[in-house]
Amino acid sequence: MRPRIVALVAGGAFALAATLTAFTMLVGSWAPQNGVRTTGVAAVGGPFTLTDETGRQVTEAELLGRPSVIFFGFTYCPDVCPTTLYEMSNLMERLGPKADRMNWVFVSVDWERDGPEEMRAYLQAFDERIRGFTGTKEQIDAITSAYKVFYERVPTGEGEGDYTINHTASVFLMDGKGGFVGTLGYGEDADTMLAKLERLAAGG
Amino acid sequence: MRFFPILLAASLLLAAPASAHDYQAGELHIIHPWARATPPGAPAGGGFVTIVNNGGADDRLLGVASPIAGRAELHSMEVTDGIMKMRPVPDGISIPAGQTVALEPGGYHIMFLDLTGPIEEGARVPLTLTFEKAGAVEVEMAVAPPGAPASAAGHDHGEAR
Repeated sequence: MRPRIVALVAGGAFALAATLTAFTMLVGSWAPQNGVRTTGVAAVGGPFTLTDETGRQVTEAELLGRPSVIFFGFTYCPDVCPTTLYEMSNLMERLGPKADRMNWVFVSVDWERDGPEEMRAYLQAFDERIRGFTGTKEQIDAITSAYKVFYERVPTGEGEGDYTINHTASVFLMDGKGGFVGTLGYGEDADTMLAKLERLAAGG
Repeated sequence: MRFFPILLAASLLLAAPASAHDYQAGELHIIHPWARATPPGAPAGGGFVTIVNNGGADDRLLGVASPIAGRAELHSMEVTDGIMKMRPVPDGISIPAGQTVALEPGGYHIMFLDLTGPIEEGARVPLTLTFEKAGAVEVEMAVAPPGAPASAAGHDHGEAR
């Protein structure tokens, strides 16, 4: 049990550091004492290797050529994740055929409980074009680090599987070259989100 | 929500459990308990309810239970700086005298774990709310679509603040 706790704490600290960096960049401000320099382009995104909901391996190469909309969550999530996926489905309907020419991805940060089968079942309730990626702890740590996504497990009881996960609730918008364009914020007005997606679909 | 005062006034006149999907338990007015339908195979679900304490004494929602779930917990949820944070509230949720407390998307929720099966849209699901003073109260949750925000829950009077 002990090494596991140490690993969790270390993972949490790393994720926190990554998030602080990401947040600093996303907000566009920077703290000189941290030595973070703003370049005008946030370094969000990058290579990953994950498994899709059919059990097939996927990498960042698969998303290139079309804009991508990426959301991080987990299937045990009772509020933010279903709300976001539901909103995403509504926005996809409003976008019409443009939504066909984009990638829509739900990445689970729950590497212990979520696999392809769980994702396939879960995503049945939402727009069928939303894909579900999962991975090992190392693979999830790699993509969350690349996307500057924060996640941490929070125990809710004594049992092995008794935990919930705090995580970044923003939706990431990436262009066809894998470059970071912006985010959709949790609770943002639906028309504003639609406008951002329209711009993303139009190529920037 | 300009009709809310009228609805509230009307519902207060009704005997418990009232037909407009609210309940009276002593001085507590329990408004529109509802759950989200769960995606197939979803391991967990969320439930919501608004509680008005019309009495002169504070009460506390200590716990919840439902036959659809092996376990049900009270959780708080907040999104700060783009990060969703959720935590159990093992001591329950205070329902101060004269106040309205809403368990609603984006705030407190009931977390259903070890579901016995999917929570199906349109169904009615039994829920027991246990209060420190009002005791155990049996209600039924309406079931809204998966991911439904509060406004899609079907009953506007659930949005009371």
